[in-house]
Amino acid sequence: MENNQIESQISETARPHITAKVEIPEQRSKLHTEDVQVDKMVKSESGLETRNVHAWFDKHHALADISLHFPKNTVTGLIGPSGCGKSTFLRLLNRMHEFIPRAAMAGEVLFAGNDIYDPGVNPIDIRRRIGMVFQKPNPFPAMNIGENVVAGLKLSRVKTSNKDALIEDCLTRAGLWKEVKDRLGSAGGSLSGGQQQRLCIARALALNPEVLLLDEPCSALDPGSTLRVEETIVQLSATMTIVIVTHNMQQAARVSDYCAFFLSDGGPGQLVEADLTTNIFSNPSDTRTADYVQGRFG
Amino acid sequence: MLTNVPDKRSIENSLTRVDKVFQNLVTLGAFFSMVVLAAIGGFLLYRGFEIFKDFGFSFITGSKWDIGNPEDTGTAILGIGAMLFGSVITAIIAVVLSVPFAVATALLIEFYVPKWFKTILVSVLDLVAALPSVVFGIWGYAVLLPLVEGWSKTIENYLGWIPIFNVPSGIFGRSPFLAGLLLGLMIVPIITSVAREVYSQAPRDLIDAASALGGTRWGALRTVVLPFGRSGLVGGTMLGLGRALGETVAVYLTLNLVFEVNFKILASAGGNVASLIATKFGEATEYELKALMAAGLVLFLVTLLVNFGATMIVNKSRKIV
Amino acid sequence: MSVVIETMAPVPTRPWRNSKATGMRNLLAIALALICGGAINQVTGLSGFLGLFVGTAFLFPVFIAVANAKRGANVVTDRIASAVIAVAFIAVTIPWLSIFITVFQKGSEAFHSSYLTDDMKITPSGDDLQYGGIAHAIIGTMLMVLVATVISVPFGIIAAVYIVEVKGRFAGLIRFLVQAMSGVPSIVAGLFVYSTVVVLFGGFSAWAGAVALSILMLPTVARTSEEVLKLVSVDLRTSSAALGATQARTVFTVVIPTVASGLITAAVLGVARVVGETAPLILTSSYFVAKSTNLNDPIASLPIYIFSSLGLGDQNATARAWGGALVLLGLVFFFFLLTRIFSSRIKRK
Repeated sequence: MENNQIESQISETARPHITAKVEIPEQRSKLHTEDVQVDKMVKSESGLETRNVHAWFDKHHALADISLHFPKNTVTGLIGPSGCGKSTFLRLLNRMHEFIPRAAMAGEVLFAGNDIYDPGVNPIDIRRRIGMVFQKPNPFPAMNIGENVVAGLKLSRVKTSNKDALIEDCLTRAGLWKEVKDRLGSAGGSLSGGQQQRLCIARALALNPEVLLLDEPCSALDPGSTLRVEETIVQLSATMTIVIVTHNMQQAARVSDYCAFFLSDGGPGQLVEADLTTNIFSNPSDTRTADYVQGRFG
Repeated sequence: MLTNVPDKRSIENSLTRVDKVFQNLVTLGAFFSMVVLAAIGGFLLYRGFEIFKDFGFSFITGSKWDIGNPEDTGTAILGIGAMLFGSVITAIIAVVLSVPFAVATALLIEFYVPKWFKTILVSVLDLVAALPSVVFGIWGYAVLLPLVEGWSKTIENYLGWIPIFNVPSGIFGRSPFLAGLLLGLMIVPIITSVAREVYSQAPRDLIDAASALGGTRWGALRTVVLPFGRSGLVGGTMLGLGRALGETVAVYLTLNLVFEVNFKILASAGGNVASLIATKFGEATEYELKALMAAGLVLFLVTLLVNFGATMIVNKSRKIV
Repeated sequence: MSVVIETMAPVPTRPWRNSKATGMRNLLAIALALICGGAINQVTGLSGFLGLFVGTAFLFPVFIAVANAKRGANVVTDRIASAVIAVAFIAVTIPWLSIFITVFQKGSEAFHSSYLTDDMKITPSGDDLQYGGIAHAIIGTMLMVLVATVISVPFGIIAAVYIVEVKGRFAGLIRFLVQAMSGVPSIVAGLFVYSTVVVLFGGFSAWAGAVALSILMLPTVARTSEEVLKLVSVDLRTSSAALGATQARTVFTVVIPTVASGLITAAVLGVARVVGETAPLILTSSYFVAKSTNLNDPIASLPIYIFSSLGLGDQNATARAWGGALVLLGLVFFFFLLTRIFSSRIKRK
């Protein structure tokens, strides 16, 4: 399979720029927690890249040979019918794949030039730097709104000098601050579904991740809430790399700069093509892509 | 717009005669458990009523057990205060000692070991839960007693200045601590299995969320699983408490029956209501027997109360899921 | 080079598995903890296996923490938690193991060729161990448990049928009462049967013992049966009803036969629960030294055999008590295995 690296430029000025001051005292560039010398041919490219990635669940080959590049500060949509391995691929990107018993993988996932699956890489650091938002909004029920936002700091034991400012900043960036600023003490579950999902985004932002992975973040939301979340995604992409799995073609068209189309012909899921979103929707190079985006199957 | 909406027809689901008989019979049989519970309470009250009439509240609070002149019931002074205290303190020791271990075991089984090992551990837990209390008791008497005696001396040596660890009599051995420890070992499987069941239902997506935020396994357990399972754990603990409160033989064999309120848990004196009944039953006078019935009623009501609470809490925590 | 990689079939790997280095480090931590635990053992008063365990148990989390110190506070906390959980688990299994081992060791001393077939009719408890046996206690226990099963299993299954099949108005109440009943202390059940059966029918008897055991057995049977009946799919009931069967017929010819092995499991679980009950039998069936199958008289039982032998304080009598404990443990184990065998046959239907 040919290498589907995407090399294109997008204008950064087209997006509203967010100036947020978040104080994260941890050394962000330190990927390895152990003194393991990593000798990689690849030199630190920005963004996230996968090379010939495969995934298995026990004997089941779920994903085959995915090579993709997610350039820094862009939004990439992963599209394709159900069961084509999009979510599996997403969970491979921040080492959540390994939580499934008997799961296995092959290939490399490069983040800041280093393979995140190298022995000696601390997966916890990876998950902290590559945030994730899930299909169903899942604020922690035992915590109030404010505590939910900083839950990640507590979980990964990151100290912050000014918690209140961080909460405000993250909620603002997630587009939720105005709605909840007067009730930070109430339970996360008291919010509407859309608000809960933005709370989950704020929670991920509190760790100041470089990459944000979104797994069908709007599938459980009404159209109004979906719109708010999409606005948030576009705003965030000014400062971080975003990968979003979606079933909704319009959503992919609205928010993403690039699109990658996954398909499974009964075997493992494969990458059919990846390109600028405009190309995928207007001028795809593969007929299967054209059929899918025009709603002929899937 | 529909103008003439027809009235709803009611569908009569009349049962056949066979089913009517069947349902009534089953309903009748199902109430057997209620009949038994009511009969237990009723008969014990009936047999022990005279005691409550003679002693009133002092039967619960008094700590003296003296039949006096067997011919004259008026000379008897009977109270189960010390025994009730003993029931409570041994059960509390059991719960305090067993809960941390039960939680650790439950977490280990659910989140730390591979599936094949989990299956084995669950079987072992079930087996230990089914071990007869007389086996626990004989082991506690023969194996645990000498060990605990040594530990007690060490504890008294260093912590004797704390009143509950003080042993002025210098007699260790069959103490509330020993009985409580043994009861703790007996109820660990009960608490563990309830806790395990509740923990296993902790929502996967919340655990994922915690992991995705850079949480370690322990971080996810602490922020998601433990808070989620808290009420279930309380319920399971109360089930264990109920078992510990009502245990007879294991306590009989490991606790020295002395009629005094003994809060010095290392000293060899104490008893609980159940072991009082077992001890005194053999040579009881008729009047004393009535007192034992009354004591049984008190124990029945206390454990029933604890179990009602436990059942409600456990059921509620199941319903949330 | 790159051509070679592309033509090779991809190999599934699990790079997140503990590397050998990590495994070695953890092993080293355990070994060090053991050695230091042993050293403490020698220096201080802590002695024997337990002393070694206590020393090791406290040192192990410390060494694990040191071994992972370079990996940050978060990981260290996680590893300490794992170590503490493992240590706590081992700490509870030690007494359990000790129970099995002790009962086996001490119990086998009482065994002789006819131990399982003789009774204590002509043998005092303090007599030499080659005389007498435990047959009377086994017979008595089995007899009472059998009668208790006959009483409690129908009522247990009926309660379950009411909750799951009839779904009557009081289903919640019945389930609640059954659960509450499982918490009745066994001595209270004994007192109750004493105050009714024993007093009314003039004395201790196997009947009374069986009734007391059935009270304790009922909740276990009812709750397990309920779980089992719930495994029967709604489709099966609906299709039976669609064939014109009454509910009674559906229950008796479709539901119950479908989960027969599950209901047997429920009964055996109940048996395992009560076979070792001691306290209620003190007040109901009392004790008898010879083999007997007469339900109207006092009868021997394993728990009381153990309990009364132990009370004598004599060395041989105590050995007999352990022998009884071994037989009782064997019985519990046997019934427990039975439940595993039957429950492995249960499948969702």
